[in-house]
Amino acid sequence: MQTLTQRLANPARFMELSARLLPWISGAAGILLVSGLYLAFFASPADYQQGETVRIMYIHVPCAWLSMMVYGLIALSSFGLLVFRHPLADVSAKAAAPLGAAFTFLALLTGSLWGKPMWGTYWVWDARLTSVLILFFLYLGLMALRSALEDESAAAKLTAILALVGVTILPIIKFSVDWWNTLHQPSTDFTSTVDPSMRLPLLVMAVAFTLLFFAMHLKAMRNEILRRRVKALRTQAVAGRDRLAAQAANHGAAE
Amino acid sequence: MQLIAEDLVIDRGSRRIIDGLSFAVKAGEALVLTGANGIGKTTLLRTLAGFIRPFRGVIRLDGGDDELTLGEQSHVVGHTNAVKSSLSVAENAGFWNTYLDSGEDSPSRIAASLRHFGLEDLSDFPAAYLSAGQKRRLGLARLLVARRPVWLLDEPTASLDTASSERLVAAVNDHTSSGGLAVIATHLPLGLERARTLDLAAQRMAA
Amino acid sequence: MKSFWALLSRDVRLAVREGGAIGTALGFFLVVVSLMPLGLGPDLNLLSRIAAGVLWIALLLAALLSLNRIFEADHEDGTLDVLATGPLPLELVTAAKSLAHWITTGIPLAIMAPVLGILLNLDLAAYPILVATTLAGTPAVSFLGAIGAALTMKTRRGGLLLALIVLPLYVPTLIFGISAVSAGAGPTGLAASFLILAAISLVAIVLGPLAAAAALKVQLQ
Repeated sequence: MQTLTQRLANPARFMELSARLLPWISGAAGILLVSGLYLAFFASPADYQQGETVRIMYIHVPCAWLSMMVYGLIALSSFGLLVFRHPLADVSAKAAAPLGAAFTFLALLTGSLWGKPMWGTYWVWDARLTSVLILFFLYLGLMALRSALEDESAAAKLTAILALVGVTILPIIKFSVDWWNTLHQPSTDFTSTVDPSMRLPLLVMAVAFTLLFFAMHLKAMRNEILRRRVKALRTQAVAGRDRLAAQAANHGAAE
Repeated sequence: MQLIAEDLVIDRGSRRIIDGLSFAVKAGEALVLTGANGIGKTTLLRTLAGFIRPFRGVIRLDGGDDELTLGEQSHVVGHTNAVKSSLSVAENAGFWNTYLDSGEDSPSRIAASLRHFGLEDLSDFPAAYLSAGQKRRLGLARLLVARRPVWLLDEPTASLDTASSERLVAAVNDHTSSGGLAVIATHLPLGLERARTLDLAAQRMAA
Repeated sequence: MKSFWALLSRDVRLAVREGGAIGTALGFFLVVVSLMPLGLGPDLNLLSRIAAGVLWIALLLAALLSLNRIFEADHEDGTLDVLATGPLPLELVTAAKSLAHWITTGIPLAIMAPVLGILLNLDLAAYPILVATTLAGTPAVSFLGAIGAALTMKTRRGGLLLALIVLPLYVPTLIFGISAVSAGAGPTGLAASFLILAAISLVAIVLGPLAAAAALKVQLQ
């Protein structure tokens, strides 16, 4: 009897399952995204203080949430690769990194756009923005390290080690940035409560973005598996030619 | 004591280098690996040393120290010499003696190993001044500065002249006659005593 | 233990004899700090206010320059293979080499920092604190840096990649290093910053060798 994770570990099995799941997840993400956007832009009130600009929140907060969740997913996949040698773990980590970086970048971009009307400038060294910026650097490091290494199996393990180091240091970074921020500007706390009328659209958008991420992640994992198959086939083809040439040479020598 | 490899399968990237290789080397024996470049001699030696994890199969040292891995009971000599240019010849040998051995009568052991490879007159010179062949000999002197039962040598005679190769052969013969064992990858016939040859090319054809 | 000391003293001896790495790092430190007043203007009040930050950032950059050689040289000449088959676990090999890096780079930079403080009109009272915090903070620089050095050992343009990987990890050290030296924190704030800085270094001393050894195991394949 195979356990569920063992069955999922089989790439062929994964391709079959993901092909069946993907339309459902994409569909659900699409529907939720459309309804979330409607709620966010038309069916929810403007803020009494921030006016219409508060609607940036409905994009910003889900992106910020995903920036952290995706790093967690990468760390988890990295753990799965290093400890359990799960064959799909590296595919998952590799596919997630650019997506996570993109959502982190969107979080920074929307945060900065939101900052203009709120703070009067596109960038302030707010504790949360700064932490997200450093998180963005960690994503860049992961992607740069992987692209710099030629041997794919070594690249997978080394990137996984870096991801785990990152996830260990991340709380310390967060803590020190918060400390630094209170030291320099003690009163920029915007963790005011969200009005209930805004809570529903925010929740819908958060779920929609999460599903959107998983749809893209699955698609990217499928692409990566296909790419690896093509690569394996090509390697085999090259080795096969080599063997044929050797046989032909032997044949020639025998005659 | 016996070094045993059973049904060894080794992959590098997506290529299968070694497929179903089995052999045994007894104490007092030397196994010479032959075969063209790229056949997998270096890969096999690095697997024995424990750097590469085989895809399948077992490697074990019967009668060795159970607390240590095979790598920790082996001298590994690769294509490089592990010699530091800014240390003197004696300091290079002395470092490996302390690091690897932590054992008794070190100074005489170091002196003997340098003497065996004809480096005793150079012991105070920085290794930067040595020729390629002298550096290689200093790299090989590591075999004698600490006692280890298994020697894994990859093309040990590279950049050695005939006389120096004979010194190496003598060292290997001493090692096997005193109960050690060795696995040596080489292109050239070395004239070792108690040696068997394993042709990896023939192995591959058979597999 | 004997192997650990042998490796540590060999690395220190190599660094002292080859000299280049230490000299380059110190020279770089001096040049970067000297460029600051040229870029910001010679206003002594401004300089003394930002002195701690400038010194710490320049110190991190100077240390970064020497990181990539921690394992690279031993990898190139095959020493790493032999070290890995020695009696010392790879985690202690990486610890010894990180410690040697701290002794040969971290300590000279920490001693140099107050001298450069003169150029930036650093407050006299801050000098002992600066020395104490740079000494307490630089172990994190060496031990976390060793992770980056092990990860990028075999890559071309390894130095730039190393900077991208390692500098974000230095954020906590930077923040607490500077906050301890910055005036106005008061004695309790100072003690807190200093203790946190030391704690970060301890975390690095544990985490660095483990992660670097894991990376080396992959690299040796």
